[in-house]
Amino acid sequence: MRQARQIVAARCGGTGQRGVTGRMLALLTPLCGAAVLGGCISINAPDKPIVIELNINITQEVIYRLAEDAGNTIEDNPDIF
Amino acid sequence: MKQTAITKKISARALAAVGAAAVLASAFGSPALAQRDPAYAQARAQGKVGEKMDGYLGIVGSGDAQLRSLVDDINIKRRAVYADKAKAANATLEEYAFTAGCLAISRTEPGEKYQAPSGDWKTRTSSAPERDPRCP
Repeated sequence: MRQARQIVAARCGGTGQRGVTGRMLALLTPLCGAAVLGGCISINAPDKPIVIELNINITQEVIYRLAEDAGNTIEDNPDIF
Repeated sequence: MKQTAITKKISARALAAVGAAAVLASAFGSPALAQRDPAYAQARAQGKVGEKMDGYLGIVGSGDAQLRSLVDDINIKRRAVYADKAKAANATLEEYAFTAGCLAISRTEPGEKYQAPSGDWKTRTSSAPERDPRCP
């Protein structure tokens, strides 16, 4: 276990540093363990809200073509509009 | 004396014609032009339901089971109509529904709710509603 920690610390550039105490090493070990296995990928949450625009593919051209027809449909079905 | 008789005759004929027209109108006009269900009309007026941008009806706020069932029922019917008409017009269901949504929002009356491009519910005022820039 101690050996493993040292190896992990070595990979993360922490070994041999006299300033790093045993306790700090113990705290850093789980973090570095993940880094060793996965290769240090950090994912940050975006600071802006994610807006999903579902109707982005509908063009104005199509809407204008359908407008008259859709207007008639609304007038022909007053019970559901 | 003679004149009054003629007048009476004409008025009787006119009355009969009006009566016949009324019978015809009620016979042909009722199924296609059925009006909104009173519960639906009331929910609209009270702002409990609103017109969404996608062409369907939405519930404003929490809503109860009864209102959800009313809205679902209308949306299922709307979807069926959109699907038919979209096919006939060589468009997708979403395109047709979105176009109808633009128009349904335009036709809301002051006090009724509609969905603005931001996604928020707005109350229709006497001025034009906030709509998607692509709307006709």
